[in-house]
Amino acid sequence: MDSVLWSVGGWTHDRNNVYELFMGSIAMKAILIMVLQRLSLGFLTLFVVSVIIFSAVELLPGDLAQEILGQSATPETVAAFRAELGLDKPAVQRYGQWLFNVASGDFGHSLANGRAISELLASRVGNTLFLAAYAAIIAVPLSLILGILTALYRNSWFDRSVNVLTLSSISFPEFFIAYILILAFAVKIPLFPSLANIYPDTPLGDMLYRAALPVMTLVMVVVAHMMRMTRAAIINVLASPYVEMARLKGLSPFRVIVKHALPNALAPIINVIALNLAYLVVGVVVVEVVFVYPGLGQLLVDSVSKRDVTVVQAVSLIFAATFILLNLVADVLAIVTNPRLLNPR
Amino acid sequence: MQKFLSSWWGIPLSAQFGLLVITVYLLLVALAPWLAPFGETEILANAYEPWSSTYWLGTDSLGRDMLSRIIYGARNTVGIALIATLLAFLIGGLLGLLAATVGGVLDQLLSRMVDVIMAIPSLIFALLMLTIVGTSATSLVLVIALLDSTKVFRLARSVAQSIVVMDFVEAARLRGEGRWYLMRHEILPNVSAPLIAEFGLRFCFVFLFISTLSFLGLGTQPPAADWGSMVRDNATLISFGDITPLLPALAIALLTVAINFVVDWKLHAASGLKD
Repeated sequence: MDSVLWSVGGWTHDRNNVYELFMGSIAMKAILIMVLQRLSLGFLTLFVVSVIIFSAVELLPGDLAQEILGQSATPETVAAFRAELGLDKPAVQRYGQWLFNVASGDFGHSLANGRAISELLASRVGNTLFLAAYAAIIAVPLSLILGILTALYRNSWFDRSVNVLTLSSISFPEFFIAYILILAFAVKIPLFPSLANIYPDTPLGDMLYRAALPVMTLVMVVVAHMMRMTRAAIINVLASPYVEMARLKGLSPFRVIVKHALPNALAPIINVIALNLAYLVVGVVVVEVVFVYPGLGQLLVDSVSKRDVTVVQAVSLIFAATFILLNLVADVLAIVTNPRLLNPR
Repeated sequence: MQKFLSSWWGIPLSAQFGLLVITVYLLLVALAPWLAPFGETEILANAYEPWSSTYWLGTDSLGRDMLSRIIYGARNTVGIALIATLLAFLIGGLLGLLAATVGGVLDQLLSRMVDVIMAIPSLIFALLMLTIVGTSATSLVLVIALLDSTKVFRLARSVAQSIVVMDFVEAARLRGEGRWYLMRHEILPNVSAPLIAEFGLRFCFVFLFISTLSFLGLGTQPPAADWGSMVRDNATLISFGDITPLLPALAIALLTVAINFVVDWKLHAASGLKD
């Protein structure tokens, strides 16, 4: 459009290209700076969060060594044990040591049973990621399709019924949805197992089958949020003049939404997808407990009730880091895909 | 009365339903000892008795009357959520107003602290804090109030910031009024409307959050009746096709749906849209 106008006005195509190249490089630079800013802010947050999680032990009433050895230990053994744990060193030095160990995969030992935490985590991290990824693969396309369809046919009976359904699944506690699904698909109609027993040597097909109900629960919770946000973002863009223009040109409603509305609605949609993926990683906690799924969430809940601080620390760090990194990726993607930033005037 | 009735019929059906449900819940909270047929922690019969004329909803895993515990549960579950939300609004609102009025270093400090807390998923942060302070109803209320106050802080601060720069606040400042007077008499009346609108949504969130923690066994401790832990304790019945353990969960869901309906209606009315 632009180039046609330029050439009609007597300008050569060459000059036009130079102009576009010039503006393009400025845009790239601006995007790069924004991305770098966002990345450094993200890593700063990660650092501060790791400090907070580390200080959890410091805030524990009483002494860690005393806690492990019990009240009957003599002051000498406690002192010796403190030295062995490195508790006699200043906090800053211990933080550095902890961070270094964590980075090299050593999370320390559990207070409850003395086992190496990395050993406890080994299979569970994979299981939790499997559950979250499985749910995400189903939930993201489903919610995008539902969001686009409800925006396209808004205020129809289809839109209204999807709306009521998603509003109620947002209002329900996750364990309620989980137990309703168990009642429906494991007890009344025995399609799926109600307990998701998974072992390291379970074949993939079996894993997919056994994790069906937990995944259905997660999908129901997450789709509700993502679909509503997609619908809202698209409807928001639909009100703008350039969409009106596209419609007046006689484009089909589907083309208007996919080609004209969606690119500009993408940033909020990407954000909400990432937020929900991040939420998935955390939302698995409840679902894992309901279905007795051997993942990180179950380990976390068990450790909190046992007040096993070092395990809680390790698991919280993994969850928090995933959460922050996913949000970071979302922000960067939102910047990079923003058509207004990519095609500056 | 006439006026009340005429305004009642002007409300959409969903909001009427919501208001009705909320009223019933408030009655349950207030009148639990008179409404419940048996005591909260009384062990009366064998475990898992089926529904009967004596025990309308059967008995739980320890032989306590289900119906009575659901009625008493309203006190613990709704009560704790209400206290936590109020506390969150008190802390968050006060600090938010203070940050907006004072500005400068204090504002920066508080805002960055809130940023960091909000960067950690709230369930994980709550679990971390509960490990440190131990699991009890009091620590639950404090932890959740602290977590939720961050969201109230952001709202209160951003709304108050647009009020602080207005002429009438400047006039009061020049008049020589103190900081507290400015916050209480000039700014608070102007930020209360959005804060009250937010209250319903935050309450829903806190209520679901507390139920979840109780379900995980980290909230209200036994023998106090609580809807979240009642689901967990009696969950085995579900595998026999019995829906009794789902009733406390249904009670939770019903209240959040009701509040959402009322908030939806209020927001719709406030936005001035006509459909």
